Amino acid sequence: MSNLPYLLSAYIVFWALTFVLVFSIWVRQRRLEREIAALQARLEEERG
Amino acid sequence: MRNPGQDGLGIALAGLSAVVLFVALGMVFLYAPREATMGDVQRIFYFHVASAWVGFFAFFVTFLAGVGYLARGERQWDILALSSVEIGLAFITMTVVTGSLWARPVWGAYWTWEPRLTISAVQLLIYVAYGMLRAAIDGPQRKARFAAVYGIVAFVTVPLSWFAIRWWRTIHPDILTGGEGMAITSRMSHTLLVSLAAFTLLYANLLWQRVRLERAADALARLRARIETI
Repeated sequence: MSNLPYLLSAYIVFWALTFVLVFSIWVRQRRLEREIAALQARLEEERG
Repeated sequence: MRNPGQDGLGIALAGLSAVVLFVALGMVFLYAPREATMGDVQRIFYFHVASAWVGFFAFFVTFLAGVGYLARGERQWDILALSSVEIGLAFITMTVVTGSLWARPVWGAYWTWEPRLTISAVQLLIYVAYGMLRAAIDGPQRKARFAAVYGIVAFVTVPLSWFAIRWWRTIHPDILTGGEGMAITSRMSHTLLVSLAAFTLLYANLLWQRVRLERAADALARLRARIETI
């Protein structure tokens, strides 16, 4: 029984979904950190 | 904002989960024997079962966090519940997709409406609706309270899914408790155990990162509120 395409597809799906999940968390984290840094800088400026 | 101690722990956890995941992958393809009836496609089994385990465990964490929120009313429980649902959804999606890819050569169809698969599809939709419910409710405390109750009630799909293959007639094999369908050798058991450990570590790592993300979002909201008052 040659079912290698199904086997490979299953493992590709696993890696792809893991990558999407990790990447989406990473991108959101970076964006939030940038926004926090910008707001903190603005707060410092307002305080003089 | 950044905590060097937490960053170090996060990196150590990520490194450990990556190493164990690659060990599991090596065992799946190099250590586990070729199954006599299904051939190589049976190797899907290891990551399919491990992703189902993590999905169920993630929803159990959401259930516990929901109980914690209703008992204590603290935001940290709501963060834990929300973070765990997101990860659980990704892993249950993996379970359904890898299961379909395994079913096609073995059962002759990607999908059949038998009890276990039907409950899995319903479970997926119920937890997608968890996110929609949160988005539809105004007020952080009201949102968290509704989500906690929903997360507790939605957990009923986990024992239903687990027992579906024992209570009803189904073509889905009952492998873990010694049912029919596939003879498990000791090498297969070792590979499954390492895969389960790898996926559990991956879950812990993703949960850690996802909780940090939600805390950063809260910090941002607090900063915005402070700036508005100036």
